[in-house]
Amino acid sequence: MTESEPAVQASSIPISRRSVVLDFLGSMNLAITIFVIIAIASAIGTVLKQNEPYTDYIIKFGPFWHEFFLTLNLYDIYSASWFAVLLAFLMTSTSVCIYRNAPRMLQEMRNFRLNSKLKSIKLIEGARTWRLNGDEESAIKNITLLFSVQGYKTKIKHHDDRVIVAGMRGRWNRLGYILGHMGMIVVPLGFIMDSTMDIAFLEWSGKRSIDKTSIYVKDMPKESQLQPDTLFSFRGNISISEGQKTNFTLLRVRDGSLVQYLPFAIELKDFRVEHYDSGAPKSFESDLIIIDKDKDVQFEQTIAVNKPLYYRGYTIYQASFGDGGSKLKLKIWPFYDYKKRVLEVDTVVRGERVLDTAQGQLTLEIIDFKKYNVRPAQVGDPKGKKFVNDGSSFVFKVRDKSGQAREYNNYMSPVIQDGRYIFISGMRTNPSDAYRYLHIPADDNFTVNRFMNFHAQLNNSERAQAIAIKTVSSALENAPGKDKYKGDVVKTMMDLLDRFNFGGFDAIKRHINKAEISNEEKNKMAEAYQKVLNTLMQAIYMDVLRQEGVDDKKPISDAQQAFYFDALATLSGLHLYGTPFYAQLADFTHVESSGLSIARLPGKNVFYFGSLMTIIGIFLLLYLNQQRLWAVIYKDESGQPMLVFAGSGSRNTADFKRHYQQVVEKLERVLGLNK
Amino acid sequence: MSVTNEVMHDDLKRESFIKNLSIVDWAFAAFVAYGTVYTYHLYSYLMDGYEVGILFGTGLSLIVLGWWWKPSRMLMAAIAFLSLIAVYLYEPAVMALKEKGMSAPDAISALSSLSDKENSKFLFKYFISSTSAIMWMSALYIMATFVYFYHLALQNVYAGKVATAMTWTATTMGFVGLMVRWRESYLLSPDMGHIPVSNLYEVFILFAIVTGLIYLFYERKYKTKTMGGFVLLVISAAVGFLLWYHFSKGAHEIAPLVPALQSYWMKIHVPANFIGYGAFALAAMLGMFFLFIEQARTPNISNQVIAQLLIFMIAMLTFLAQFGADSFSTVGLNFAYALAVCAVFWVLGFGIVRAMRLIGDSNLPKLDMLDDVMHKSIALGFGFFTIATVLGAAWAAEAWGGYWSWDPKEVWALIVWLNYAAWLHMRLMKGLRGTPLAWWAVVGLLITTFAFIGVNIFLSGLHAYGEL
Repeated sequence: MTESEPAVQASSIPISRRSVVLDFLGSMNLAITIFVIIAIASAIGTVLKQNEPYTDYIIKFGPFWHEFFLTLNLYDIYSASWFAVLLAFLMTSTSVCIYRNAPRMLQEMRNFRLNSKLKSIKLIEGARTWRLNGDEESAIKNITLLFSVQGYKTKIKHHDDRVIVAGMRGRWNRLGYILGHMGMIVVPLGFIMDSTMDIAFLEWSGKRSIDKTSIYVKDMPKESQLQPDTLFSFRGNISISEGQKTNFTLLRVRDGSLVQYLPFAIELKDFRVEHYDSGAPKSFESDLIIIDKDKDVQFEQTIAVNKPLYYRGYTIYQASFGDGGSKLKLKIWPFYDYKKRVLEVDTVVRGERVLDTAQGQLTLEIIDFKKYNVRPAQVGDPKGKKFVNDGSSFVFKVRDKSGQAREYNNYMSPVIQDGRYIFISGMRTNPSDAYRYLHIPADDNFTVNRFMNFHAQLNNSERAQAIAIKTVSSALENAPGKDKYKGDVVKTMMDLLDRFNFGGFDAIKRHINKAEISNEEKNKMAEAYQKVLNTLMQAIYMDVLRQEGVDDKKPISDAQQAFYFDALATLSGLHLYGTPFYAQLADFTHVESSGLSIARLPGKNVFYFGSLMTIIGIFLLLYLNQQRLWAVIYKDESGQPMLVFAGSGSRNTADFKRHYQQVVEKLERVLGLNK
Repeated sequence: MSVTNEVMHDDLKRESFIKNLSIVDWAFAAFVAYGTVYTYHLYSYLMDGYEVGILFGTGLSLIVLGWWWKPSRMLMAAIAFLSLIAVYLYEPAVMALKEKGMSAPDAISALSSLSDKENSKFLFKYFISSTSAIMWMSALYIMATFVYFYHLALQNVYAGKVATAMTWTATTMGFVGLMVRWRESYLLSPDMGHIPVSNLYEVFILFAIVTGLIYLFYERKYKTKTMGGFVLLVISAAVGFLLWYHFSKGAHEIAPLVPALQSYWMKIHVPANFIGYGAFALAAMLGMFFLFIEQARTPNISNQVIAQLLIFMIAMLTFLAQFGADSFSTVGLNFAYALAVCAVFWVLGFGIVRAMRLIGDSNLPKLDMLDDVMHKSIALGFGFFTIATVLGAAWAAEAWGGYWSWDPKEVWALIVWLNYAAWLHMRLMKGLRGTPLAWWAVVGLLITTFAFIGVNIFLSGLHAYGEL
């Protein structure tokens, strides 16, 4: 600290055990060591993702390391007791530093060192001595003036043998030391006030325990509930649907949670979200009603991101948004079983429904609903649009009795692809996979009806047989010995249709490959099969169109032609879809929910106060330079008045040297000193 | 020396800062004050109370900066002049193209387009659209780096002057680029408008110009241009990244703000942070320069060992990072890549030390001075970095539900802070000087860089805006 200042006093404190402890606690080496340990511990906490579900950790590290990390509290480092101990050590070390240095600092702020010995001033680096011309009084006056012009506070002391003019500036630098370090005690204090220590204490004393199993808050046991004043500080999250009310928030603790009750209720009156053209949210805000029965207060306020609500020491933030249980009207189109009718189902997001299907009972779980799906347009979009909205979609899972589930993402309206309208339905068996899409071509009225009808007719073997017989009859009308083939051809047709319905073109290919014939013959066979099957399916398709009321005298339109091939491509892969129905979103009522974050952090102002102290301290300490000047006038042995001039700066010695040199030159000019 | 009353009088006259201000200083202040009030008059309906506070605070700070560091007045005037021209020309030009049926984004890109001969406007195309200005900045910084090294190698005074002029111009163009970009964001769509410090592309520009500005300050203060080459190396590296980011990822396209960033806090938190980053980067480059000079003078085995360790570490990081970057990377390929990185460092290190010897000790900056500037720069950065971190906490208390969430970015800010706090303790309290602190400053840059971009690339968290 006092690297270039004259020694003040020699320390002559006797070495006691107490001072050894203080020496250790206040030592710079300890402080730096704690800095490094805190830095490393904090860094570990950023590399190892904190507060993830424990199952994820077990998968990642294996049970052994998981236990080990858990014991060290590495999944929640910043609330770990050893981390608190580190902070406490830092605070202690800083306190000891202040305790030991503050009195000296305060003294240095006031002390002008007017009693300095002539010898010690002469020993200061760069000290100069001149023979003084002229009278001493005016010299003292001029020196004082010069010092004060340079911004130095000046004091004069007449000793018996010498007069000392001492100047000092930038003394607030010393206060900076004290403020800065005190700030670093106050800031961790704020952290500790707002830490989860009280939860840890309640758990340790057995008064509370976290709940790991309950799905609904109402099922949570008494030990997992916290009344408004149990905790000193907390941060929780809660999601409220429009029109609903809540008076609690959920605190996540390790792999479980606690319910924190609030002394008031929050009602979500309305939630609004605005989007940019890109579909990204532009703003979201909630109209909240706070109902406080204790204080008989009720008021309404809108909160948004960056605009929280402050009430009774609680802060309510707009954190996120989601679906609050939108009401969906679904049409369940059964596959494979033409006798089954379309089932209309009313459900809600996060609702469940058991369905009887061709594969037995399956549970339909509605996961989410999205009103808009905006994606970047393809380069060279004809309308010059940058973004395309694919409309609404919903995500659901279909779970079988063994608990296996597939996830689906179905869009409500057809989207345009290569100029044709299709309904898309994404499917995946694993949540981490990308969706694979089923493309259902839309018919002339932009519905799935024709596709579903076509599919049903292909599976209606009686009708298909009738059509097959009719088609074969007309095709073989003029063929010789037609009656002999007819039965065989129809049989082949129906066999192929069955195979197609079961496994698409692949199934037929597998069938051909099983035959023990040459490759050339296989190709011929495939060609023939294709022709036969195509004839039948085309006839069935025409029948479907006829049912729709399309005039079968006219040739079919390009769109209808394209539909046929698209439908075949989709039907051929239908067996991979995994679920024996298509869930179509017919209508919806959007209900949004607002994700709120509710916090009570009384340490916040302590933290700000400490931060402010630190900042002021740092600026005083780093940008102010405590500088001292001394001018001593004395008489040498011969009675000649002499002037000794010296100076020191606590920082930036190079800068001070330059400044000191300037003052020396000014002094020489002012007092007319000989160099 | 003869003594006259007049001289005595002068030396004893109280030097008042205010009284010493020239007419130019007052004209400058009036100009800034007018600009501030006019801006308030134009846009007050868009601003909340805090933003009005920030506007007037900025005006006041600019006046103080201009008075305290005179050359910055010219810089401000140049930025204002060029930016105002752009703003003045933009509105009618965009309107005219919109009448032709173009959308606002297309109109803006057409105006500065090099390929659209029909619609582009000379000034926008070559100078004052944000992309042109930023390209100028990039080119000038890189050229200035070379010229500074040329000056260092041959002590060519003229080259030194050219390099300084280039750096001033580059800094001006960088600021102009950001100012115009700010305007462009509002022209694209009023709801998209925001100060251009919101993503990695924009803050890299900010980093370059802030570092450049701090360097120019010390260059003038210490009256030497020898430090320029090394300091501008880090700026050139940032520019290199910027160009890559621009051309391979199209990052220069203005994107709307996510709700969390829509706050007045961004206007103060981010710039304060980058004064910190810029000053730390400058200190690290001077530390590196210090070490090279020392190594050239007295080869030292421990320095070599530390250098090898650092190179090894960087190589390891590239080795590991490659796995994340490319899905098709293999161990062998990455190893080769890491080895190439090592080789580059070896060749560079060896070459620079040889070059230093050739230049000669007397032509290189004094180690004491480098040590001094390094210290000052870290002290400057530390103060602003502390402010930035606290401002960030205050912002988090409004946006994320708590002033400190131990989010990776917050934690790394704390680590950076602890690192430089330790550095300053060592220097100020323990009186440590020279080599160890130079190494520490270099390592500090690695930590800072990780906090600046590494966190966004490798760790997830709330600060996800800066993702690559």
